[in-house]
Amino acid sequence: MHNLTIAQLAKGLQSKDFSSVELTQHFLARIAELNPAYNAVITVTAEQALKAAAAADKRLAAGNAPALCGIPILHKDIFCTNGVRTSCGSKMLDNFIPPYSATVVENFEQAGAVVLGKTNMDEFAMGSSNETSFYGPVKNPWAIDCVPGGSSGGSAAAVAARLAPGATATDTGGSIRQPAALCGITGLKPTYGRVSRWGMIAFASSLDQGGPMARTAEDCALLLNCMASYDDKDSTCIDRDVPDYSADLNNSIKGLKIGVPKEYFSDGLHAGTEDAVRSALAELEAQGAELVEISLPNSALSVPAYYVIAPAEASANLSRFDGVKYGYRCEDPKDLNDLYTRTRAEGFGEEVQRRILIGTYCLSAGYYDAYYGKAQQVRRLIQQDFEKAFAQVDVIMGPTCPSPAFKFGSKGDDPVAMYLEDIYTIATNLAGLPGMSVPCGMVESKPVGLQIIGNYFDEARMLNVAHQYQQATDWHDQMPESIQQGAES
Amino acid sequence: MSIERHEIEKLATLSRIAINENTITEVSQRLGSVLELVDQLQAVDTSGVAAMSHPLQATQRLREDEVTEINQREAFQAIAPDTEDGLFLVPKVIE
Amino acid sequence: MSWETVIGLEVHVQLATKTKIFSGASTAFGAEPNTQACAIDLAMPGTLPVLNKQAVHYAVMFGLAIDAEIGQESAFERKNYFYPDLPKGYQTTQLEKPIVGRGNVEIQLADGRSKNIRIHHAHLEEDAGKSLHEGNFRHGVSGIDLNRAGTPLIEIVSEPDMSSAEEAIAFAKKLHSIVTSIGICDGEMSQGSMRFDVNVSVRPTGATELGTRTETKNLNSFKFMEEAIAKEVERQIDLIEDGGSVIQETRLYNGDTKVARSMRSKEEANDYRYFPCPDLLPVIVSDETIEELRRNLPELPDARQARFVEQYGLSDYDAGVLGGDAAMAAYFEIASEKSGNAKLAANWTMGELAARLNNQDLSINKSPVNAEQLGGLVARIADNSISGKMAKEVFEGMWAGEGSADEIIEARGLVQVSDSGALEQMVTDVLAANQTMVDDYINTEEAKRKKKLGGFMGKIMQASKGQANPQQVNKILAQKLNELV
Repeated sequence: MHNLTIAQLAKGLQSKDFSSVELTQHFLARIAELNPAYNAVITVTAEQALKAAAAADKRLAAGNAPALCGIPILHKDIFCTNGVRTSCGSKMLDNFIPPYSATVVENFEQAGAVVLGKTNMDEFAMGSSNETSFYGPVKNPWAIDCVPGGSSGGSAAAVAARLAPGATATDTGGSIRQPAALCGITGLKPTYGRVSRWGMIAFASSLDQGGPMARTAEDCALLLNCMASYDDKDSTCIDRDVPDYSADLNNSIKGLKIGVPKEYFSDGLHAGTEDAVRSALAELEAQGAELVEISLPNSALSVPAYYVIAPAEASANLSRFDGVKYGYRCEDPKDLNDLYTRTRAEGFGEEVQRRILIGTYCLSAGYYDAYYGKAQQVRRLIQQDFEKAFAQVDVIMGPTCPSPAFKFGSKGDDPVAMYLEDIYTIATNLAGLPGMSVPCGMVESKPVGLQIIGNYFDEARMLNVAHQYQQATDWHDQMPESIQQGAES
Repeated sequence: MSIERHEIEKLATLSRIAINENTITEVSQRLGSVLELVDQLQAVDTSGVAAMSHPLQATQRLREDEVTEINQREAFQAIAPDTEDGLFLVPKVIE
Repeated sequence: MSWETVIGLEVHVQLATKTKIFSGASTAFGAEPNTQACAIDLAMPGTLPVLNKQAVHYAVMFGLAIDAEIGQESAFERKNYFYPDLPKGYQTTQLEKPIVGRGNVEIQLADGRSKNIRIHHAHLEEDAGKSLHEGNFRHGVSGIDLNRAGTPLIEIVSEPDMSSAEEAIAFAKKLHSIVTSIGICDGEMSQGSMRFDVNVSVRPTGATELGTRTETKNLNSFKFMEEAIAKEVERQIDLIEDGGSVIQETRLYNGDTKVARSMRSKEEANDYRYFPCPDLLPVIVSDETIEELRRNLPELPDARQARFVEQYGLSDYDAGVLGGDAAMAAYFEIASEKSGNAKLAANWTMGELAARLNNQDLSINKSPVNAEQLGGLVARIADNSISGKMAKEVFEGMWAGEGSADEIIEARGLVQVSDSGALEQMVTDVLAANQTMVDDYINTEEAKRKKKLGGFMGKIMQASKGQANPQQVNKILAQKLNELV
């Protein structure tokens, strides 16, 4: 059952090949057996899941149930779930049980989906390797000594290991696409404002966006149909109709113009990764698409701009964690200052503290214009690059990551080495454009991802291209060796 | 590039994070490394370029002035670190 | 050495919206702690702000009332600092593009002069919660109530155009009058609806450069503001004359203890690291919205004052007193209508009523005698049913809650005798019973006779148990005495 896609599971539920309760029990058992090896799931909500599954089965029996009714999923532990611990991968929220749910969570609840639990993640979504979590690192099911990517490493690894057919995740600088690429699955970051951020713990407000992870584009379309909605509780959410993202999957891609940025194929790109991506592009050309070389001249500035803007916004967003209203509080604070400084020093991990300090620096008196002000201008330049490109092409493609999954600790002491992992994904967040990653090859037995960047609100077209690619290839069907016997490695 | 110790201390104060004496050097070096990265922005000519705060061209939605929230004090304070008599407690605040 | 004072004010006005600026929680005064603080107000993780339309409209209305530029595209920034009553660790406010730009407020001074005070701008922001240092909780801690967190404020910033405490108070009162008249603020100073920060500096008379200024924060009464300014000016002058210099600092003034002090000093000035709030989008106010708000803008104090002179025949001074305060103006108009006598209603409102309210530190909205009731009383004076003296007695009764004027008049049997026949008889009787006084009167020089009338009046009022209409008695008495002379 765990090798079926969401689309197939949905059909199976409709035809009563199995029930949601059976499905749920199956995945809960898999999590119990396999999760210790990967540490992908940090909270399992077995009781609630079985209850929801039973209710889903009733709805399915009554007929006319929504597409995802009875389908088990996982939520990244950044989405608040009413009555269920929501940690954001941090000690600061280890004891935080929100009395409200994120809009994304409510959407899935209304659709009758079954939530199996919450997935592990880099602390406060800051990271590209899932090594910064308070709950320990997540292991890549394809290579246990390697990272799954981050910050949505838990969701990616869980889907790759078939612990759930789909999971929610978030992407601020690549945190859906990069782990999707490193774990050989499909992940999509929607256009900024497409998915409500209400109840989605904020890292960098103008960059964060929630999106789906699953093995196929077809499944991502189903999940996105549920995640996307207009929410008047989120001022940055766009009031725009949500199309049926599954409707255009089978459109022909003949004549589709694919922009290939020359800046994405320069030094630093792993040779094996480049080969896999170029093969994928060739495959699409064979299907009738046209490859067009384009330039995104300010690409190199995206990482520096991001590492000013994201930490700056985060430094303010994380000020609320002060030990007063909820979350961690240090023992016996001597005075107010002690309460703050010790709660935050003890509650936040090193990377989070570092980013808060950087953000504070970039916003401080005397530095604002040179850093924050400048970065916002560079952001405009980057957006303009994409605008010009989309005047010529329909979608833009390239590698998702510069290389396949790297070993734990290999990015060593220099934070910048880790930051450069996001070199191809960051620009889309800065511009607010939608981006996705689809599996397109293997290098050294580790997956490689192809990135597809679309124009604003063009997710349907991106999913269409991805689906057509997946009809002709089977990278997305590959299974990590570590789960092939169904046993721990 | 490394940041001066007193700058780190100032940042730690502004962001209310206690920095351990032992780690200040390390913190300084790593921060310095990130600053080297972001300093690349200085070389760019951005004259005449408008800053971009939001990816969207949209404007702020206005909410009707009607009460929609009910009293949920119990639920919220059940998860608070220290409360008494309906108040959140903190070490004495001196003005 | 003679000195001049330079004063600027920053005024925080709580807008009278039903809900917070960024959440749908109630702003009603007096609720139990933290019962009006929703997830957004508590800065719970994942919560987001949505802007209150009424707050925007109230801010624009203020701009229109002071003839200011309206910021048709304004934006919000985050002002970052840590304090327990600031749940997010930042305050959402406006800096670069406020909703109201430059404007003007005219003030009238005691000597009849008018002066224009320039407004630099007014911006929208959220209020913080409250810290309680004592309460039903253990010793050594402070209790935080976040009910107030998120209440919409406009912060009105003046240019340093005031040169005396009198001008500052006049300006503050004018602002109070404007915001209450247009209905954007309830003006309840005791509830913190308006708070003043006063920036004070001194310089030698005639100097052009400004001296170093200090800021005294959070004054919530005109009286305290006056005291605080006087004290601070004196302190600064003394300091400079003793060879010292004024340090730029923030100060607090305790109106109860009359003590002013410097706030606990921080090692360095707070760096607020303002940056555009990414959770809120640019706020647009259309021409149509502005026109509609302008059309429906309630009467402004200056216009009302002019109308009172014209409509009710009040003097400029009286119109100023009654028309200046929105609540008092409303009260007066109801009393005037009910009584049918504007002048008398004016006198009673500004006189007896105001004195009583002042005495017990009550605002007119909390008066035990409402406008209808006062109007009823004034009506009975106007139609001669009771005398001025009786009216005072009735007023006492109304204040004590005994009922309406008519009810009290009836209950106490207070009837003024105005029937000329009865009064003539009374006068005749008294004159007959007091032959000696009459003789004395006749024998007095004509020029000195007026003084003797009081004695007769006293006897007549006594005989009538105070119920004789004094004006009429006066006339009849004078007439009768003349006949005898």
